[in-house]
Order: sequence, then C-alpha cells, then structure tokens
Amino acid sequence: MVEQKNAAFFFNHAVIILGIIVICFPLWITFVAATHDAVRMTQAPLPLLPGDRLFENIHTVLFDGVGNAKEQPVWLMLVNSLVMAMSIAVGKICISILSAFAIVYFDFRFRMCFFWMIFITLMLPVEVRILPTYEVVANLGMLNSYYGLSIPLIASATATFMFRQVFLTIPDEMLEAARMDGAGPIRFFWDILLPMSRTNIAALFVILFIYGWNQYLWPLLITTDRDMYTIVMGIKQMLEAVEEAPEWHLIMMTALLAQIPPIMVVLTMQRLFVKGLTETEK
Amino acid sequence: MLKPVHFKSSILPYLLVFPQIIITLVFFIWPASQALYQSFLVEDAFGLSSEFVWLDNFTALFSDPDYLNSFLRTFFFSMATASLSMGFSLMLAVKTDRVIRFATPYRALLIWPYAVAPVVAGTLWMFMFDPTLGLAAWWLKTAGISWNHRMNGNQAMLLIIFAASWKQISYNFLFFIAGLQAIPKSLIEAAAIDGAGRTRQFWSIVFPLLSPTTFFLLVVNVVYTFFDTFGIVHAVTKGGPAGATKILVYKVYNDGFIGLDLGGSAAQSVILMIIVIALTIIQFKYIERRVEY
Repeated sequence: MVEQKNAAFFFNHAVIILGIIVICFPLWITFVAATHDAVRMTQAPLPLLPGDRLFENIHTVLFDGVGNAKEQPVWLMLVNSLVMAMSIAVGKICISILSAFAIVYFDFRFRMCFFWMIFITLMLPVEVRILPTYEVVANLGMLNSYYGLSIPLIASATATFMFRQVFLTIPDEMLEAARMDGAGPIRFFWDILLPMSRTNIAALFVILFIYGWNQYLWPLLITTDRDMYTIVMGIKQMLEAVEEAPEWHLIMMTALLAQIPPIMVVLTMQRLFVKGLTETEK
Repeated sequence: MLKPVHFKSSILPYLLVFPQIIITLVFFIWPASQALYQSFLVEDAFGLSSEFVWLDNFTALFSDPDYLNSFLRTFFFSMATASLSMGFSLMLAVKTDRVIRFATPYRALLIWPYAVAPVVAGTLWMFMFDPTLGLAAWWLKTAGISWNHRMNGNQAMLLIIFAASWKQISYNFLFFIAGLQAIPKSLIEAAAIDGAGRTRQFWSIVFPLLSPTTFFLLVVNVVYTFFDTFGIVHAVTKGGPAGATKILVYKVYNDGFIGLDLGGSAAQSVILMIIVIALTIIQFKYIERRVEY
C-alpha cells in the first residue's frame, strides 16, 4: 500500500514537472539566446545553456535598436507600451466605474438604453471593425498619438458589468446610513463605494494592464511613426529582417524585455490576477 | 438591477455615463454600422464612386472557394487548438489538484504564459522551429524529419496550433483548478469506498461534474482562436505558405488593408460580428443556467 502511494506520488509530480518543462522551455530558450553573441547564434545546433553577453545585449537593444527598427531604441518602445497600457487600464476603470454607479444608483430616463449600448460593445472586438474604426481615428487626427492608441480601446462592457455586480452586493443600508448623515451622491461614491471596491479595482487593473500591454493589431494599424512603436509590435518589425540577416540574439532579447513587465505583474500579484480573471468573465 | 434605495434623477447620472457612451458611439457603434453599410457597397478601382449592391458581397464571398477554405481552416485551427490546450491543462490541473507539496510554485510556473502577447508567443515558437537554426527543427532533422514551415502548409498550421495552445494553457488551467476545487470531496471518497480506482473516479465523477467549466472554456477558447490569434499568424506565417494558415480574422485584415477590397472586407467583418454575437449569446445563456443551481 505504501509503495503504491509512493509510486502515485512520484507519478503525479513527474507529470507536473514534465508539463512545466514543456511550458517553460520557450522562455528558457529565449533567455539563452539573449545571452549569446551574433556568431554563436548562427551555428546549429543552438546553445541550451546561457552565454556571457547578457548585459552587452541588453545595452545594445535598449539604446541602439535592432534590424529594421534601427535608430529606434527599445527603451522608447517600452515607454510607449507603458503609457498605452496604463492609459487603457486607468481609462477603462474610470469610465466604467462611473457608468456602473449611474446605472445602479440612479433612476433616470434611457437608463436601460444606455445599459444595452454598453452591453453591445462586448460583441464588437476591435478585430471585426478594424477598417471603419481606423477611418474614424484618422478623421479625428489621432493617428500616431497616445490618444489614438488608447481611447478607442477604452470602452469596456466587462469592466462595467463587474462594477455593477460589486455595487449590487453592497447592502442598501450603506446608502440609507449615508443619506441620514446628509451625504449626497458624490460624497457617497467617494467615501463609501470607492473604498469598498478597492480590491476589485486592483484586480481589474492587473487584467487590463496585461490586455493593454499586449495589444498588437491596433498599434500596428495606427502607428506609422517609428517613435510611436510599442514593444510588442516592434518585435514584428525586427522579424521582418530575419530572412536577410538574422540577429536572433537581439530579437530574443527584445522578446524577453517585452514579456518581463506583464509576467512580473502576474507573478507578484497572483491573487489579484486570479480574482480579476474569474470576476471579469462573469 | 436598480437598487431599491437610489438617488432621484438629475443631470448627474447623464454626466456619469457620458464618457463611456460617447466612446462607445464614436469608436464602436458608428464603425460597426459603417462596416454593415459598406458590406452592401461595391467601390470602383479608384475609390471614386460606390454602388449599392444588396447582398452581392456576401454571395460573392460564399461562392469564393478561397473564403470557404479559410472558413474550414479557421474551424480546424480553432478545434485543434481548443482541444490540445484544454486537454493538456486539464491533465495538469488534475495532477496539481492531487499534490499538496510544491502546489504554490507549480501553479506560479504554469500560469505565467497568460501574460505573453500572442505575437511574442508566435515569435518564440517561430524561433524554436526556425528551419535553418531552430533547436526543435534541428532535433527533428536528427530524427530524420525535415521541418520547413515556410514551404510546408501542414507544418505551418501545426506550428500556429502549438503557439496558440501554449499561450492559452494557463487560462484553461486556472479555470479547471477552480472547477476541481468546487467538486465536493465526499463524492470522490464515496466512489473510492465503492472500489473505484483513480481513472474510474475521474471519468465517472470528476469529468461529468466539470462539464460546465469545460463548456465555458470551449466557448472562450473558440473566441480566442477566432480573434486573438491574429498576432500569432501575422508574425509566424503571414497566412502562408499559399494561404495554408489564412484564418478569417487575418483575411479581413489582408483583404482590407493590403488588398483594399473595402466591400469584401466589410462583408467579412459583418460575418465575424455575427459569429461573436452568437458565441456571446451562448455564453450568457450558459451563465444564466449555472446561476440557477
């Protein structure tokens, strides 16, 4: 019996570790490639263990740029990605918490009409309306700007629904008590609703930051100016050069830099991340 | 959904919904209606005049073998990715649910791919399978298999399936773990007392009880493969070789921005919208049912 248990124990762990190896292998190979020099990266078979060029490669990529995107240092792409991800996350949270507040706590004309308009956005991901949305942004003169990168992605039904759900679970006595103390709607929102939804806001922020950071199609369409490239689309520009002169060590270093911020967010805020993921899907 | 205790109407609620409504109108509803309108038009080669042609764009699409092929390919890609990714995640979730030691580090090592952008995931897999240099391609060569996804359409399809499934594993894993934890332990103990082994317990009790989670994940995975995988295809294969990996969302982009066929691209957008709407309705129906019990 004990032997059988031991066998099952080792089997379970072996399967998990094998799965982890399969999942982590691409990341390990990226890291290894990013630590070698150009010559080593043109000889098959490629290395499985890291080399000694990590810091030189970081320096080259961050300040000199790579391949087609030369004269376009990666630190600038990182800044662009950060600005875009932050504006999308903060913008979505702000506008959807306000509209959820209005829809749950006020009785006003066209309330349901507004609700359905927000609901419809759930069914219109950017991929199905690319051309006309591009035209709108072009007509508004928002190409190659942070506004164009973030505002068209800001409206979100999922965030509004999540806040609506949170507000509905807050007991009515809260509002009655606040009113008795003479608080108006703004005071109530600021002093009671906002503090009570703090963890939900944080959880949502984690998910939305990753969503914003990983946007690809949208920045690809509306940025033609190299200074506005985000890192996720910058990698694509570097890959274009691969067929002529593969600079895999630098491309993989860029890929590594593009992944580190969102991965750090997931790993350091694991609980909030899981909470956000399961709540926004409801 | 309105609170029984609420504020009286004033100008304030309109101000509160204003930002979201204006963005929805300008960037969602207006472009979507434009897509709908354009899908009924044919423009001449110079974009100078356009003619209203009713459903001609749609009938043209459905009589175009290229489009029908793309539909089938997308369907195959979607099913293959969903089953590979969900199967792998379910296995890992069942195993991690059983172990107690190291459960936390295991989980951390399994969930991080969620944070990787699809296009970056594509880049990693493309690097591993690079025909001249990639490690995996080199291993395959030493095993006697020649790998070149730039020439071989089936291998290209296989590569984007791998990349897309890999990226989705962590999402499926987290939801399967949550589903497994919701199954009462007493049911499994009862089965064990009746003499069911691990395998029997899984197929007769755990798997049927997981079916709501599985169904939910299937819908989410289909949406993911239809729309979010654009970056993978664009980075790894560009729809090639010879259109072997041209999935629907890539074709909308390609026909609209590269081919400049506005009417055709708009008609494709409309079909994609119908697919999303159908999937969203299925998802909501299912969630209502889950809330009931």
